[in-house]
Amino acid sequence: MASFEQILSIVKDSCSYAEPKVDERATPKGVILSREDIIPVARAMQQNPLLYFDMLSCITGIDNGPEARTMEVVYNLYSIPFNHHSTIRIILSRDNPEVESVSGVWKTADWHEREIFDMYGVVFINHPDLRRILMPADWEGHPLRKDYTHQEYYRDIKVKY
Amino acid sequence: MPTDGVQYISKPGNLFRSVPNKFDAANLRSEEMIINLGPQHPSTHGVLRLEVLMDGEIVKEVVPHIGYLHRCFEKHAENLPYNQVIPFVDRLDYVSSMNSEHAYAMGVERMLGIEHQIPKRVEYIRVLVAELNRIASHFIAIGTYGMDIGAFTPFFWLMRDREHILRLLEWASGARLLYNYIWIGGLFYDLPVGFEDRCREFVHYIKPKLQELETILIDNKIFIGRTANVGVLPLELAINCGVTGPMLRGSGLRFDLRRVDGYSVYPELDFEVPVGEGKMGTVGDCWDRTSVRVLEIHQSLRIIDQCLDKLTGEYIRTRDFDPQALIPKKIRPSAQDFYVRAEIPKGELGFFFRADGTSDVPFRCKCRSCSFVNLSVLPEIAKGILIADLIAIIGSIDVVMGEVDR
Repeated sequence: MASFEQILSIVKDSCSYAEPKVDERATPKGVILSREDIIPVARAMQQNPLLYFDMLSCITGIDNGPEARTMEVVYNLYSIPFNHHSTIRIILSRDNPEVESVSGVWKTADWHEREIFDMYGVVFINHPDLRRILMPADWEGHPLRKDYTHQEYYRDIKVKY
Repeated sequence: MPTDGVQYISKPGNLFRSVPNKFDAANLRSEEMIINLGPQHPSTHGVLRLEVLMDGEIVKEVVPHIGYLHRCFEKHAENLPYNQVIPFVDRLDYVSSMNSEHAYAMGVERMLGIEHQIPKRVEYIRVLVAELNRIASHFIAIGTYGMDIGAFTPFFWLMRDREHILRLLEWASGARLLYNYIWIGGLFYDLPVGFEDRCREFVHYIKPKLQELETILIDNKIFIGRTANVGVLPLELAINCGVTGPMLRGSGLRFDLRRVDGYSVYPELDFEVPVGEGKMGTVGDCWDRTSVRVLEIHQSLRIIDQCLDKLTGEYIRTRDFDPQALIPKKIRPSAQDFYVRAEIPKGELGFFFRADGTSDVPFRCKCRSCSFVNLSVLPEIAKGILIADLIAIIGSIDVVMGEVDR
């Protein structure tokens, strides 16, 4: 079981773009990365024999609202053999929410990322099949954004009931 | 545009604007064809639509289309106080609501820092009702799976026995399926007087029935023929795809969050974690997954027995016991991100909370549902098989569409 300091040092070694910050508010403890570093860090965390985060439990999208002008993507990682947890948080600009897809590292990210694209409009670069998943393909807008207002009619059906 | 009084005006053009398929029929090779399976087919367990690219009887590609049962759980949760989200949590996995409630309540309690103050009697009641519900959920899974592949009788037997569980839970909570029984910091109500005796009677009644089930379904030659060596899920793929629950255990990994995380009072209870061993074919085939579910029912009965011993012995009901005593009047966690997970019958149910520290409403409440993740492995293992086996694989995944679409 690796301590958080070990995890942090391995993450630091694989970051090339910006220094990772410690995520103070997260349980389990985690790091805040810049979006360019996600793929090397994800690969290192999955394949480093000390960490071996073989399971991606959850990916969450968060919209901080039009005033804060940021969006976040949070990855919850778990290692089955070592039984330790970690979190990666990435803060994106709300005008251009784009981040590299990790579905090449963990296949489970495929549908999670489609859901975040559907609900928040975050674009995952190099995703194999980025379509809407829960909402209909011709739905307008991204429903979980804080400033979302639904369309009045969907295929001539009144949305507000 | 329709006028205010009319909700929908039918126009001929509406029919042509249907939901698009991923594959375009014009670009197919001459031997290929697209078969649309569902969303209203009994073997798709709800409203799952599969777009299947076929070459004769061989499946080349499967594309699941989901979202028909989307009820905006996460949007609702962002607009309601923590305690009022629990009825919505019930409706995620509607055949095992107690387990989902347990996971959610546990998460909020940990955020508030009151998880060690919960009385033991409350915790044992929670585990008792959760395990009863786990058996009911596995009964549905096994029964409908049998029906999918042609065994009709076990379904009736299991639904009959599930009815006993539902009546017990209705007696405790007042509802048959959507209980709202486990609250943050306690319970809706103590167990009714006499519940423990009836529960013991049920355990005594159900044990020989499980033997019958194993004879008629699990060890049945036709059932083995339909499920052994079908839909083999290798362990590495299962972990990489995030599969959990009986599917992961069916692939041979002894991984159960009740043991691994040891939440609630599970560390004090004696039970085993069954895994698939490839007895009838390959490790990780449909037969292994089903047999793991049957073995888990036996373990759940063991847990129920131990809970009943505790609830009639050490933590017996007293006149002044109030299961609502510890329920916080104001649920306002400090500012934090929190991920909680628990084992429900389908796998790992996780909740990601972001609390902003200033309101009673979660800023973000994401549900990591196990059926959603387990279903995403279907296109991987359903390549190059017969279409009859595709039905067998869907059934063995045990999806509940309420939880997939949320």
